[in-house]
Amino acid sequence: MPELAATSADLPVAGCVEPKVLRERGQREVFCGLTGIVWLHRQIQDAFFLVVGSRTCAHLIQSAAGVMIFAEPRFATAIIDERDLAGLADMNAELDRVVGRLLERRPDIRLLFLVGSCPSEVIKLDLSRAAERLNGIHAPGVRVLNYSGSGIETTFTQGEDTCLASLVPVLPQEPQDAEPSLLVVGTLADVVQDQFIRLFDQLGIGPVRFLPPRRSTELPPVGPQTRFLLAQPFLAETGRALEERGAQHLVAPFPFGAEGTALWLHAAAEAWGTDEALFRSVTAAGRERAGRALEKHRAELADKQIFFFPDSQLEVPLARFLSRECGMRLVEVGTPYLHRRHLASELGLLPSDTAFSEGQDVEKQLDRCRAAAPDLIVCGLGLANPLEAEGFATKWAIELVFTPIHGFEQAGDLAELFARPLRRRDRIAV
Amino acid sequence: MQLTLWTYEGPPHVGAMRVATAMDDLHYVLHAPQGDTYADLLFTMIERLPKRPPVTYTTFQARDLGADTAALFKDAARDAYERFQPQAMIVGASCTAELIQDDPGGLARALALPIPVVPLELPAYQRKENWGAAETFYHLVRALAGPQAPAAGSEPKARPADRRPLCNILGPSALGFRHRDDVEEITRLLARLGVDVHVVAPLGARPADLARLGEADFNVVLYPEVAGTAASWLERSFKQPRTKTVPIGVGATRDFIAEVAGLAELDPAPLLDEMQSRLPWYSRSVDSTYLTGKRVFIFGDATHSVAVARVADEELGFEVVGLGTYSREFAREVRAAAANYDVEPLITDDYLEVEAKIAELQPEMVLGTQMERHIAKRLGIPCAVISAPVHVQDFPARYSPQMGFEGANVLFDTLVHPLMMGLEEHLLGMFREDFEFHDQAGPSHLGKAVKAAPETPETAEPTAAESAVSWSGDAESELRKIPFFVRGKARRNTERFAQDRGLALITVETLYDAKAHFGR
Repeated sequence: MPELAATSADLPVAGCVEPKVLRERGQREVFCGLTGIVWLHRQIQDAFFLVVGSRTCAHLIQSAAGVMIFAEPRFATAIIDERDLAGLADMNAELDRVVGRLLERRPDIRLLFLVGSCPSEVIKLDLSRAAERLNGIHAPGVRVLNYSGSGIETTFTQGEDTCLASLVPVLPQEPQDAEPSLLVVGTLADVVQDQFIRLFDQLGIGPVRFLPPRRSTELPPVGPQTRFLLAQPFLAETGRALEERGAQHLVAPFPFGAEGTALWLHAAAEAWGTDEALFRSVTAAGRERAGRALEKHRAELADKQIFFFPDSQLEVPLARFLSRECGMRLVEVGTPYLHRRHLASELGLLPSDTAFSEGQDVEKQLDRCRAAAPDLIVCGLGLANPLEAEGFATKWAIELVFTPIHGFEQAGDLAELFARPLRRRDRIAV
Repeated sequence: MQLTLWTYEGPPHVGAMRVATAMDDLHYVLHAPQGDTYADLLFTMIERLPKRPPVTYTTFQARDLGADTAALFKDAARDAYERFQPQAMIVGASCTAELIQDDPGGLARALALPIPVVPLELPAYQRKENWGAAETFYHLVRALAGPQAPAAGSEPKARPADRRPLCNILGPSALGFRHRDDVEEITRLLARLGVDVHVVAPLGARPADLARLGEADFNVVLYPEVAGTAASWLERSFKQPRTKTVPIGVGATRDFIAEVAGLAELDPAPLLDEMQSRLPWYSRSVDSTYLTGKRVFIFGDATHSVAVARVADEELGFEVVGLGTYSREFAREVRAAAANYDVEPLITDDYLEVEAKIAELQPEMVLGTQMERHIAKRLGIPCAVISAPVHVQDFPARYSPQMGFEGANVLFDTLVHPLMMGLEEHLLGMFREDFEFHDQAGPSHLGKAVKAAPETPETAEPTAAESAVSWSGDAESELRKIPFFVRGKARRNTERFAQDRGLALITVETLYDAKAHFGR
């Protein structure tokens, strides 16, 4: 096991600075960005997501959500039909009508996202103009924004990125005399938010705000005094939009595992000039607990080979966690998109010979995977059961997006997600 | 543009996938953008199939749109052929690819692959999943069996005297509601009658099997939604008659046996004389008295809705108060059935409309899809699932057909399980103040934790129409003594009764006058 870094001063100098990346184009076995609605609509509690698309879009979201788990969802689809396409109906008037009906049914909604899809983008339906027009009708009670969740523009978690990026321009400007504030960007489970709030408080860092907020009426202010930490690795657009508003990005590894969490917190501590001794003492208990929680799973995971199919862009940070803190061997780290700048500090912690792949040609990747015969495969729902049937152990990747896995206290849970498929194979005797 | 919270059916290319995935040695090349591969999980997760659907997606992205998406399709089709070596291929477009008009059929033809390639035109902005499945199956059957069709005007060949009657079973597909078990049950039933099964399709068939369909004497159509179009074509081209009865329920199964025996020129009497299902006795058993006249609302695909309505009405003694379907293609059949029960048919794929109808009708039970299960849960009405769209729970590990005599047994259990048992329901009606035995407590055999009775008196339930009549305090509290599942109807009936008679205030007397007037 490598010596884990507790602060950026402990970081190794080498690592994977020049990553070897296999770029693939072909069939991609991934979700489109619309899928993000499944968790975003729970996060922002007075927001509604209206996809402007086809029956396929509606079917995707309800299928990806585990088929109809929410009795009254805060999402819906305005399904384009042939009358719209043939020009028999004015699509903008139709959209206004649908939005009117929706808001009448849900008077509690304060923020409406019009979400672009493959069909709406191919026919060049301008949703930003539609949002402007609808704002004119429904303001000030309801604010209407738009973003793209289409498969031709976004892959899976990028839908959260484009959604949050659409919020950035409407965030209030911080006052002229604002003190430095910290913005944590990316959807986090409530329990994780609360843990981070306590830690930042003990470190003397604050005020701390979150994007997305729980309610659209609590949008955090932003400006040159704002420093932001990305809690998720897939927020490239949002990061850029925040920088355009003057906010400063605190680049750090992502808060997975004891080491990732410590380094992530340390990036904020450095920006606030927190005393190093205080930082070590505040984070000591969490690091120690995370280490203890990991101990149980390390025995099962150490020296096992793991293969990542591209899915959520969480692959690189998770590979770093599994390699450094659980002793796993990385066969291939597939990711939809490798954002070198946001991942720079992650790449530095990975073995220099790590094999990355970006994009996908799923049949060829399956060939490589079968040839390597790894102990554990991280992949999407379309591949998991067929690979299990072939005799491989799999971890379905979508669970990593739906489970609290950030922070010290969840490090053990995160390792457990990978250990369980292996344990299951050992236990089941039929 | 239609506002859709939930959709009963996927797009038509998902229907094509249901046919392709059911079959062996067939491959589907689908021109589709990134993300449409979500459909794979319907099969691998909901149905728990151990193999990937045999589908290659071209996965175009925005940057490809300015370039050559047609070349992308040709490469994908060529690679798929080389890798999977199927006996036949189907090619088509998903909703987005339809808009870019690349003509997958023409592109595939240009590749001159040495296998049959069947192009599909599935208009995604007009049609839906079941239609897509039917159209795909029809085009496959036509392309593969067509060359064997006898010349027009030729006489059908008579069955050799030494061969048992032979039929095909048409319709079962991947992601079908209990299709796997129905096929087993019906195959067994046919064998007992003396009929052999030639080809089952699409489920488990190879393209070469479709080419042999014409050799059978007749077709058994289990799911008209999927096989209706193909069966009609076979009837025209091969003079193969087809069954019309869907064997769901005891009565329909007996009719089905008689129909098949007619087509096969066999005597159905020996099989009909056996008592093959427990349903008739269970329905006549005295404890089932509590089922009599229960008001049920039925919604699903046309086949299951119509069949289950007959079971509910004739075999359990329920009262059908609503009947509907999301299968617009089969609206006529559902309208005809609804006329039998003197109810207005509900033909819609709008979940909100179904919800409003159920709220209005206040049935005592809902027999529907997973969507109606949610509606019923919200309205506090028991519900059983009788139709697709499917959920992982609709693929039980145990043998659980809907068709044939065992299917009738399964239906009895399914339809009775969500209800409160007879005596329990009576006790609830008699002792309404009991703190752990009240409206919010579910049937005790379903083992839900007992919630404490709400302390505040409930607010008045919404009335169907703004009414000019008001309720006296006594009448209002008397109304609350009526079991919750009929209370809404009692309220509406009483208000209508009062309005018709120009009464401004409803008293306890009015309530009971109305009860006597409407009866039950």
